[in-house]
Amino acid sequence: MSEPKARGGDWTPPLPANPPQGRGTSDEGRSRLEGGPEARSQQSEPLLEVRDLTVHHGQLRALDRVSLRVFPGEVYAIIGANGAGKSTLLRTIAGLHRPTDGAILYDGKDMTKIRPERRATGGIVMVPEGRRLFGSLTVEENLKVGATYARKGPWTIERVYEIFAWMKDRRTQRTAQLSGGEQQAVAIGRALVANPRVLLLDELSLGLAPVIVQRIYAMLPQILSTGLTVLLVEQDVSQALRVASHIQCLLEGHTTLEGRPSEVTAEQVEAAYFGLPGGNGGAGSLPVSRGGLGGIVPPERTEALWHGSTPSSRAS
Amino acid sequence: MAWVNAIIQGILTGGLYALFACGLSLMFGVMKVVNLAHGDLAVIGAYVALGVITVTHIPALWSFVIVVPIMAVLGYALQRTLIQAALDRGVLITLLVTFGLSVVIESGLLQFINADSHSLGVGESIITGSFSIGSQIQIPYLLLLIFAVAVVVLLGLQYFLSLSRYGRMIRAVADDQEAAQLSGIDYRHVFGIAAAIAFGTVALAGIAYGMYSQFSPTTGTDTILLFAFAAVVIGGLGSLWGTLLGGIVLGVAQQIGAQINQADQVLAGYIVFLLVLALRPQGLTARRAQS
Repeated sequence: MSEPKARGGDWTPPLPANPPQGRGTSDEGRSRLEGGPEARSQQSEPLLEVRDLTVHHGQLRALDRVSLRVFPGEVYAIIGANGAGKSTLLRTIAGLHRPTDGAILYDGKDMTKIRPERRATGGIVMVPEGRRLFGSLTVEENLKVGATYARKGPWTIERVYEIFAWMKDRRTQRTAQLSGGEQQAVAIGRALVANPRVLLLDELSLGLAPVIVQRIYAMLPQILSTGLTVLLVEQDVSQALRVASHIQCLLEGHTTLEGRPSEVTAEQVEAAYFGLPGGNGGAGSLPVSRGGLGGIVPPERTEALWHGSTPSSRAS
Repeated sequence: MAWVNAIIQGILTGGLYALFACGLSLMFGVMKVVNLAHGDLAVIGAYVALGVITVTHIPALWSFVIVVPIMAVLGYALQRTLIQAALDRGVLITLLVTFGLSVVIESGLLQFINADSHSLGVGESIITGSFSIGSQIQIPYLLLLIFAVAVVVLLGLQYFLSLSRYGRMIRAVADDQEAAQLSGIDYRHVFGIAAAIAFGTVALAGIAYGMYSQFSPTTGTDTILLFAFAAVVIGGLGSLWGTLLGGIVLGVAQQIGAQINQADQVLAGYIVFLLVLALRPQGLTARRAQS
């Protein structure tokens, strides 16, 4: 790493010595996006902050200096295509992957080297991709395991039975006998009973019928009303835009867009999602905000987007 | 009547084999560790019991009160250090490490004690005595007691696993370590608890064998481990009650073999073992549904 890095409250992203040309032409597009993070950062301190996170899967660089700040009460959605690094980001925040570089701060404290189970008991709880229920345990036992080291808070097994009414009657069934949507509900319940402050949701919609996905996302306001903060990863962009208060788009391990759903256009999302030329045409219009967030693209970003090179080719 | 006697003896010996097997089965079921040092650890348990009895002069039957906790602590410590380190490098490495442990224990016992055979509780009436039913059926108190202990241990394990908080955590970790971590569970600690329980049963197996027969440093691999494997495979991997069924099938096969020809006792057991492997490799009790 040759770029200078500042740490602490007044943190700035690593900037190239010579900013790439064309960036100046995007002033219009950028200022529109900037309002979001600036406004957010004035509210309070971020509950969860990721700084410059780089994660490798073997040789492959799955995440390249990704940063984000999640403020209390937000629904922060990470969107992106398959292999963009969304799940890797979430799993690294949960502690299941070791980052090569960068830091994860929770409530102002560095969590980067904390073991996953300590993060969970500390209030960062993930609903993993593919549910990952304990298949030989009953519904209730799954919830009890989730509650084993629960923090104090509003969520109890009874409360979960209240929001998922069917669950109480079937609490003695093994989760292997449940449908995909029901399993997802149990997985959410298992995370909720731990009384997380930050709930990480990894691809809730995966393998579920759209109507089931709708139903599950419809529960979100009820969950949020208890004061939770949600960071979710979603391939289904329209779903993410509907529920999120803030979105960030990843492409090949880089941030390509971030802002409030109301502030981004469909064209910008599409461009960021697929790595296409931006809505206005030209490199300068790439919808990446700088703002207080520092979700800035690395210097190679523009070229990478245009020529479609992969993270691994950039790494060499 | 001789056949009835053989079958009864076989069933009761099955209790001993179930004691051999349940720790092996538990460690495989929870952490996917095939503990090749299992038999040698049972022999260590027997030697510890011998030492405890020699020093404190308590009756051999009660030595378990001291030996089981010692072995449980050893189990937790070994799991958190050596075995966990092996697990972190891959499941196959645990085979190498436990095999190495087995060799080290056996050589260590030969080196620092001796190759002599020992027995526990010789001369204590409950250990050597027996009672008769009719004229041909003789039932040793000890075998009956060991069978009862095996049933109590299996019942206790079942209740612990299905009803207690730690039992639930052990099953959860056995299902999915990563998901358990996401629920705040330190799976390494849970593995340690499971190993402590397994080693506790191993201690009981060692003491029981020491009273039932004679043990020497090599007994662990040439008898206990092999019979434990046979019982686990016949009964079905990872199934607790399967180990009792497997033990009983093995015991009965051996006794029937002995009835035909004294020299065929052990061979008959292994023939059944091979038949099960060939015809029903998932074991007698295993359910297909469990993945």
